[in-house]
Amino acid sequence: MAEVKRIATRESYGAALVELGKKNENIVVLDADLAASTKTGMFQKQFPDRHFDCGIAEANMMSIAAGLAAAGKIPFASSFAMFAAGRAYEQVRNSIGYPHLNVKIGATHAGISVGEDGATHQCNEDIALMRSIPGMTVINPADDVEARAAVFAAAEYEGPVYLRFGRLGVPVLFDEQTYHFEWGRIVTLRDGSDVTIAATGLMVERALQAADVLAQQGISARVLDVHTLKPIDRDTILKAAAETRGIVTAEEHSVIGGLYSAVCETVCGEVPCRVKPVAVMDVFGSSGPALDLLELYGLNAETIVAKALELME
Amino acid sequence: MEKAQKTQLMRFANHVRQGVVEGTFCAKAGHPGGSLSIADTLSYLYNVEMCIDPQNPAWAQRDRLVLSKGHACPALYAALAEKGYFDKKELRSLRHIGALLQGHPDMKTIPGVDMSTGSLGQGISAACGMALSAKVSGDAYRVFAILGDGELQEGQVWEAAMFAAHHHLDNLVAVVDNNNLQIDGEITKVCSPYPIDAKFAAFGWRVIVLDDAHDFDKIDAAFAQTREPDGRPTVIVQQSVKGKGVSFMENDAGWHGKAPNKEQYEQAMTELRAAEEKLEVE
Repeated sequence: MAEVKRIATRESYGAALVELGKKNENIVVLDADLAASTKTGMFQKQFPDRHFDCGIAEANMMSIAAGLAAAGKIPFASSFAMFAAGRAYEQVRNSIGYPHLNVKIGATHAGISVGEDGATHQCNEDIALMRSIPGMTVINPADDVEARAAVFAAAEYEGPVYLRFGRLGVPVLFDEQTYHFEWGRIVTLRDGSDVTIAATGLMVERALQAADVLAQQGISARVLDVHTLKPIDRDTILKAAAETRGIVTAEEHSVIGGLYSAVCETVCGEVPCRVKPVAVMDVFGSSGPALDLLELYGLNAETIVAKALELME
Repeated sequence: MEKAQKTQLMRFANHVRQGVVEGTFCAKAGHPGGSLSIADTLSYLYNVEMCIDPQNPAWAQRDRLVLSKGHACPALYAALAEKGYFDKKELRSLRHIGALLQGHPDMKTIPGVDMSTGSLGQGISAACGMALSAKVSGDAYRVFAILGDGELQEGQVWEAAMFAAHHHLDNLVAVVDNNNLQIDGEITKVCSPYPIDAKFAAFGWRVIVLDDAHDFDKIDAAFAQTREPDGRPTVIVQQSVKGKGVSFMENDAGWHGKAPNKEQYEQAMTELRAAEEKLEVE
């Protein structure tokens, strides 16, 4: 089998911005002294007149993005997830969310796979924060193909969008020729009748690995790629709740407020079923190589399999 | 300034003040003090300085006003109503359930409101974004922002100040409404932002000191200096009187966020109507 290509979704973000910049002169990009890391530097190189480094001032950057959108531009504002969603939360809520302005937030370095920088920079709470803002769309793509498609779709959409990207290179799962990003719709990667694994971001790869392991044990797992956390695809989740024995959610995010919460909120009033989380269990991250950290925090196929087996009991 | 124009501006400001008193009285809540202190500023901006079209609030080339001290919106609403953006009767339902006029400015629903504000420090940044947008597209419009002096305690104001100077946003004019009072008392006692002029100058802004924000000749002279761009953003630091125009509200921090009761409302309106009649006699 050929070696799988690995690309960090922040790279995909930078590449997609360049494509957008060529097509639409209303696209402007803001960064907060992290252009080399968030990859908006790729856009800066091609379109220096439409890239603005705000310096280390994320709160100001978000409100500036709001002003740009109010004046008709399509701003992409970027920083690490910790600062985009965390530090500037109130600016995002009041200056962007409340007036429903057409700002796209490109948040990179989300989750514990930031690695060595440790807990201060590992944001496991951003999906929870962003999901709580009325009218905010929250997207967490699984690979390069999906990430680029999500950026293009976000640019077409009128309204605020939070796009979550990672630092770590992740395998390319999708085929560019056949992949179609449908706004707010889950991609069913594998059909299955026993259990459902609903995964988002880099956990989608692990969900597929887990499904393989379960298949060897004669268990048919349905694998859902939940690229959009809000609005959540209720139909596909409720169908899974009705047709399988339960749902394992897998996310590189806190167990509070992310995919696990979104799935529980969806099923409990309609088709109650058991839901088991694979997530960061209400703890802070720590320093270390990204892949080792994912193991340390149980964000792997092994934990997904264990949770799926619990549902089979 | 010619007498006729000055009288017209004073009458407009008087109507704004009556709208502030009317609105906050009907709402049984709101912020009359800091609204009354900017009534003359708004009169000048909406009648002289800004290039706007009340019939077409979304006109792309209009000048923008961001009320960064969003709690002073009773004055903004009264000015917009006076200009015909919406019916004056809306002022009476300020802050009511289902009302057009929300407790803080909502750009999505209120014609003429260019930015939703209320959380202090954010409006000036949004104004920077609008001014930057004009620079990117080569648009000629200008962006005005009104800030409170207490608002200068928000660190974001200085992030924006640094950004505006760095990007040469000389199409941006900020007005700092220096009435010297905030909710908890005198700004010098709470956490002094002084010297305001020197701070902005140090950040690379052109600074204009307006020592009486209620004298239209002086207001006129201050704004006249903003019209020639020189590569820097401009700030007008205006010394104003909180509660200006209503005797018992003047220079009293207690009127920052309190509505007049029936008796106080009647006294305030009597004073303002008398001031208006005096204008007509003159």
